[in-house]
Amino acid sequence: MQVQFLSPVPPPPPEPQEEDGDVSMVDGESVGINPVTPGQAIATDTQGHGTYLEGSTVHSSVAGMIDRVNKLISVRPLKTRYNAEIGDIVVGRITEVAQSRWKVDVNGRQDAVLMLSSVNLPGGVQRRKSESDQLQMRTFFSEGDLLVGEVQSFYADGATALQTRTLKYCKLRNGTFTCVPPALVQRCKSHFHTLPCGVDVILGLNGYIWVSKTTEKLPKGVEGRAAEEVEAEMAYSNKNEPITDHERETIARVSNCIAALARRFMYINDSIIVYAYEASLGFAVSDLLQLQVIRAITQEASAKAAMS
Amino acid sequence: MSRIFTINMSRLELLSPEGLRIDGRRANELRKLTAKTGVLSQADGSAYIEQGNTKCLAAVYGPREVRHKMNMLHDRAIINVEFNMAPFSTAERKKRSKNDKQVSKSVLGIITFEPVIKTTLYPRSQIDIYLQILQHDGGDLQACINAATLALIDAGLPMIDYVCACTAGSIDKEPIVDLNHVEESSDSPELTVAILPKTGKVNLLQMESRLHVDNFESVANLASEGCENIYQILDQVIRDRTKGLLKQMKQ
Repeated sequence: MQVQFLSPVPPPPPEPQEEDGDVSMVDGESVGINPVTPGQAIATDTQGHGTYLEGSTVHSSVAGMIDRVNKLISVRPLKTRYNAEIGDIVVGRITEVAQSRWKVDVNGRQDAVLMLSSVNLPGGVQRRKSESDQLQMRTFFSEGDLLVGEVQSFYADGATALQTRTLKYCKLRNGTFTCVPPALVQRCKSHFHTLPCGVDVILGLNGYIWVSKTTEKLPKGVEGRAAEEVEAEMAYSNKNEPITDHERETIARVSNCIAALARRFMYINDSIIVYAYEASLGFAVSDLLQLQVIRAITQEASAKAAMS
Repeated sequence: MSRIFTINMSRLELLSPEGLRIDGRRANELRKLTAKTGVLSQADGSAYIEQGNTKCLAAVYGPREVRHKMNMLHDRAIINVEFNMAPFSTAERKKRSKNDKQVSKSVLGIITFEPVIKTTLYPRSQIDIYLQILQHDGGDLQACINAATLALIDAGLPMIDYVCACTAGSIDKEPIVDLNHVEESSDSPELTVAILPKTGKVNLLQMESRLHVDNFESVANLASEGCENIYQILDQVIRDRTKGLLKQMKQ
C-alpha cells in the first residue's frame, strides 16, 4: 500500500475586514464573525457554557463564536469533544465489558455506558435479563465492536447512558468507519441515510460515521419464525454479508468524500455527501485524499449545495 | 562577521560594544515567532511553533476516559504532560532515554496548566498533552508552554487565559530576552517566566542558576514584557485560525 504524507495546509489568509460592516463593538463585546479568545471580557450578562465569571464581567474561556439567548451568553468552540444530548444518535465502539454493562467510546469526555437492561436480546422483545445473559454478554457485544445507539440519559457525574432498544439500533457490519469533528455533523430529522449510489450512511452526532452496503429488508418470517425475531438475531451478527468489488469501491469512495469534507471543515449531511460523491466520480478512489482533488471536489460540492 | 567570533578572554563575546547580541538582536528583541494550529488530524488539538530555530510540536488529547483507573479524580480531570526531545533536535544526534530533566519539564508543564484549565468541568476524565522538541536552540520550555497553550485552545478546552512563556537572562549585568542556545550554554543565568497576560499573574518562574538579587527585577520585568509580546502573536494566530475555519464552515 502506498502511504502518502500530506503537508499541513495553512488556513486561507483572512480577508480584510469591512469597515463596521459585520463587526460591531458594544461595550467591548464583539458580535458578527469576530471570534473571541480565552480570557476576553465579553459582557455583563448571565454566563453560559464556555465562559467564566470574574467579578461581574463574563469572560470567554474558549476560542469560538458567541451564542446569545436573551441575557444568557455562551461561547461555542469550533473544535471540541462530543457533548451528548438526550435523543442523539451516536455511533460508538465497545471498549470494555463490565458487570452487566458495556463501556462504549463515543468520542466524549468519558466512555458512555450501555446497560444490559437497555439492549434488545434475541428471543422476545420484552424479556427479563437472566444471569445467563450476563455471562454471555460477549456474544452480543465484545470489545472493538461498533454499534449505533441513542443517548438515553445522564448519570450524576455526567456520564452518558445509551440504549439500543429499537431494531434500527444494532451492531454495525458490512462497512467502514470514519471519524470527523463532531461540530460538523448537524442535528437533523434522520441520521440514517440511504444514498442513491447504493450505500447506507449513519451520521453519528458524535462525529463517528458509518458507511456500509445497503441491506435489504429481510423476508417476512423465515422458517416460520417472526421477522422481528430474525432481525433481533441478525442485530448481533458478526459476519459480513458478501460484498462485491463494486460495492466495496463505492463504500470507499463515499468514505473518502466524507474525509475530504471534514478536512475542509465543511458541514456534513446527506446532500453534501451526494454532491461530493458526484464530483468525485472523475477521480480514482485512491486519489481522493490528495490535496488538489480534495479542493476540487469540495468546491464543486459546495457550489452545487449553494445552487439547490 | 569577524566581530561575532572575537575571542575575549578565551570565551565568546555575547554582547558586542554596540549592544548587539551574537545573532544580531538587540537586548530586548525576541526571535522571530511563527505558529500554526490544527496541524495533526488525529489529535483533538495540536500546534506547531517556531521561536527562532527552536521548533516544537504539541498535541492535546482529551478530555477522555482515564487510562489508569487508580489515578481518576472524582471532582476534576487529571492533566498528563509528556515532554520529549527528538534525537535529531540537537547538534549531536543522541538517543535519549526518559531522564530526570524530561520528567521535571513534564511536571513543570502540569503545574503551569493545572490552575488555568477549568478541570472541574470534566470529572473522571484525563487530558493528555504531548510536547515534542523537533529542533533545539534554547528556550525549549518556553516554546513548549506556548505551543501547549495553542494546542489546548485548538482542542476547545476551557481556559481562564492564555499562558505565555518567555526567557530572560543577563550578560555582564545587561538584561537580555529570549536566549538562544549559545547564550544559554554560556554561564549566564536564565530565567523562564510564564504569565497570564490578561491579569499579569505569574504562573511559573523557573531558574536553575544564580542571579544577583539586584538584577533579578529587571530580568523578570524583561521576561514578562516578552510574554506580553508573545501573547499578541499567539492571539492573532488563534483569531486567524478561528476565522478561517468559520469561513470554511459557512461555505
